[in-house]
Amino acid sequence: MLKAKNKLGLVFFPAFDWQISPTHPERQERLLYTMDQLNEEGVFDIDGIKLFNPTIATEQDIQRVHFCYPDVKTRVPQSHLISAGGSIRAAEGVLKGEVQKSFAIVRPPGHHAYRVVYGDRGFCIVNIEAIMVENIRKRFGNKKIAIIDTDCHHGDGTQDIFWNDKDTLFISFHQDGRTIYPGSGFVEEFGGPGGFGYNINIPLPPNTGEEGFLYVLDNLVLPILEEYKPDLIINSAGQDNHYTDPITNMNFTAQGYAKLNERLNPDIAVLEGGYSIEGALPYVNLGIILAMAGIDYSKVKEPDYSFEKLKQSDDITEYIKVLCEKIYSKWKRREKTAYKLFNRKDSVIRNKNIYYDTDGIMENQREKIKVCSECSGLIVIESSSNIGQDLLAITIPRDGCNKCIDEGYNLYKKTNNNYSKVYLQDKINDQFFDK
Amino acid sequence: MIIGLDTGGTHVDAVLIENGKIIDKTKKPTDKSNLFESIWKTLEELLKNKNLDCIEKINLSTTIPTNAIVEGKGSKVAMFIEGGPGIDPANFICGDHVFFLDGYIDHRGREIKPLNEDLVRKKAEYISSKDIKSFAVVTKFSIRNPSHELQVKDVLTKLGFSPVTMGHTLSGKLSFPRRIYTAYLNSAIFSSFNEFAHAVRKTLKQKGLNVPIHILKADGGTMSLNEASKYPVQTIFSGPAASVMGCLASFNLQKDALLLDIGGTTTDISFLADGVPLFIPDGIAISDYPTLVRSIINISIGLGGDSAIKINERGNIIIGPERQGPPMALDGPTPTPSDAMIVLEKLNFGSKEKASYAMSLIADKIGVTIEKAAEKIYDKFGEIIKEKTNEILHKINSHPVYTIQELLYGKRIKPENIVVIGGPAKAVAPILEKKFNIPCKIPQNHEITNAIGAALTRRTLEVTLLADTERKILSVPEMGIYKKVDSSYNLDSAKRDAIKLLHQQLKNLDADSYLNEVEIIEENSFNMVRGFFTSGKNIRLRAQIKPGLIYRIGDDKDA
Repeated sequence: MLKAKNKLGLVFFPAFDWQISPTHPERQERLLYTMDQLNEEGVFDIDGIKLFNPTIATEQDIQRVHFCYPDVKTRVPQSHLISAGGSIRAAEGVLKGEVQKSFAIVRPPGHHAYRVVYGDRGFCIVNIEAIMVENIRKRFGNKKIAIIDTDCHHGDGTQDIFWNDKDTLFISFHQDGRTIYPGSGFVEEFGGPGGFGYNINIPLPPNTGEEGFLYVLDNLVLPILEEYKPDLIINSAGQDNHYTDPITNMNFTAQGYAKLNERLNPDIAVLEGGYSIEGALPYVNLGIILAMAGIDYSKVKEPDYSFEKLKQSDDITEYIKVLCEKIYSKWKRREKTAYKLFNRKDSVIRNKNIYYDTDGIMENQREKIKVCSECSGLIVIESSSNIGQDLLAITIPRDGCNKCIDEGYNLYKKTNNNYSKVYLQDKINDQFFDK
Repeated sequence: MIIGLDTGGTHVDAVLIENGKIIDKTKKPTDKSNLFESIWKTLEELLKNKNLDCIEKINLSTTIPTNAIVEGKGSKVAMFIEGGPGIDPANFICGDHVFFLDGYIDHRGREIKPLNEDLVRKKAEYISSKDIKSFAVVTKFSIRNPSHELQVKDVLTKLGFSPVTMGHTLSGKLSFPRRIYTAYLNSAIFSSFNEFAHAVRKTLKQKGLNVPIHILKADGGTMSLNEASKYPVQTIFSGPAASVMGCLASFNLQKDALLLDIGGTTTDISFLADGVPLFIPDGIAISDYPTLVRSIINISIGLGGDSAIKINERGNIIIGPERQGPPMALDGPTPTPSDAMIVLEKLNFGSKEKASYAMSLIADKIGVTIEKAAEKIYDKFGEIIKEKTNEILHKINSHPVYTIQELLYGKRIKPENIVVIGGPAKAVAPILEKKFNIPCKIPQNHEITNAIGAALTRRTLEVTLLADTERKILSVPEMGIYKKVDSSYNLDSAKRDAIKLLHQQLKNLDADSYLNEVEIIEENSFNMVRGFFTSGKNIRLRAQIKPGLIYRIGDDKDA
């Protein structure tokens, strides 16, 4: 019998009874062929691979991360609570020592979900990794966590949530936002005053292949991780960089994804996007599972794989090299730059227009982050959208100082009539209030 | 009249049943060196002075295939394995000569790379020079498209090889490694099973018994001797299934139940879900080979009437898992639960003084009276069964689910009755009732429950129907059906077809299952979307004739 070198936990939840709409990429069929491939390969029989059923994320799990308008019950369907719960179950397996690593193959995905949630954007309503990360911290202590987002689309929701949190290093490599949804994820987006430099975007040119992705990993991501020294590494494992994906333009492969996971060596992986349901997902998921379990994956190749056809151009190779150097030196200078940028400021304000493509909602946000010498700073969001009245959302960060705590509670108490909803998220005491 | 015969490790049990009444029963020791002889002797005794014209059929279980595998006495087998992209198939090597083919069929059943027939011929000619006749051929996703397996078989048959087991004929389930092992085992035990079948047919004929012969399967059903001769692997581990069916034959059990067979060395645990035996999800494992052979869950724990009792450093009573010999009441070497139950007057055999002495050894160590020691052991016996049962139930109830519906509202097994058989059944029932807090029943003829189960169980059948209306293909691998369908084919048509096929197959097999017992176990229809349009439907359906009885003991119904 085949034996896994690393004990691997799998949450495999294809949600065969849930869809956004019958012809939407997020439909029942999405993980059907992956299931067939995994069953046929006998993956669930491998000694050392353990299958877990998802748990269901609670309202409190969601409120640790999000402000759902008007509330969690109205906004978050069962399906999303289960994919978030699936991620939590995967993490729990690792943190309780049931397994050494785990991979949550769940749907729907989550990395486009921002802090404030009015509806579905980019097929995501709640951010399943972020919910998992905060659940881990609540139950297993304040860990330093790195999230490496390898989905082809910028993980803009995850960026938004951890923008000001230097205990969560977020690195996203994706197809350049000038050429694809959601149109963000540029090098300049580098984090808020409390977490400057801990939000790293690596926008890659269309047609980047195996060579390019692995170059970024070896020459930028791994060195940064080496310096950051996270307690946990999480791969936000979108699979739409694949050369057969219908809604992207990259040339990544099953072998590439497997190699990436072998070298990145994440503790936990969570499936995000990936919509080449027949040509990519069955092979990519198999490749990632084998790589994480420490089993030979050299024979996992797409039936139509051709090394020659997928070879990346020299221009792209050179472009990526320069890009990596630029980002690495930016990372090295992060403290100096932060000092220059925020030294004399009381707060940093960002205005955001957030479009919910799946639900057709437009949101306007004004985010104010306090520049605080004692902590990462109180965050206050004022938001309006075309489906509801204005809301005010206050976050007291995990490392909040007494001053920020008082300020947060006072603001919550005194704010009333101007907003239809007021929320206070107290991450120190794990409490959530709304009125 | 029906004959039911069960071959066990220590005894061969047989019963003769007519109209729900047990006419006669026989128990003979098993001679492992000559199983056929043991079976034959038991039958002879059972049939002494009986009117053979009234015998309608014989249902028997045999351990010949199981033993052949466990003892590694199967024939030599050569294999062709076609893996394609995925886990290296070299991990699943079994048999004496394995050849890898480089064709490939994908998950939809599309041929990506054709079979290299020349390679097959070349390797087969090489095997001809060895003393090997048996082959097995397994290709990845062959249940979606068996063409490569069929092609290989064609070549091999023309070259005179037999048997050639094809993976897709053994099960409709996905699992390439399990398909490899199952096909290998089928070819390995083919000739020993056929020798046995031949001897059975010949001897019965000589005796003037010209009746249908059925062989028991691990899933609690039967198959005809002729069918079993083609797929002998389906008959492994049928013993526990016979006992489970025997429990079903003794009571009207419509709800969840726990079934216990308590022997000298082990206790076997099985479950009913709404009155139907619970299966192992993929198939049973034998000698480290996980297979696709459908089987009733039957988990052995090392706890029985003869289990050795020890006291550990902390003064706790430890029962089992090993057996060192008979109870001390029968001059055995160590105190056993049976000794405790003899002291408590729940069992009545051997010497009560010696049992008492056994308990005094325990009592001294833990500083209680002899009676108290016996009570503690008795209580612990029930406690261990309860703990193990709950562990197994927890595992069963957390089986993987793939839909929101199932995750939220899926069935959880919660036994409402216990049926216990085996030597200490009566003695143990009260403590089980107390521990589980549910009624505990003991069948009337609990020493031959297995033979009764063998006699009364029926044909089981399972089909996996897959329709891909984009490719316009319908397949039922278990029946070798691969045909065209049109794009209007839907889940309802699939249900109708599956039911029709099962009925037809029963008729062909001349089986005795009732028509109303067809059950759809799984049904799914996925819209296949390519681009922005629905291009077809992917319909998956499994249907079965579930395990069941022709009637229960005591039911006044003619066979």
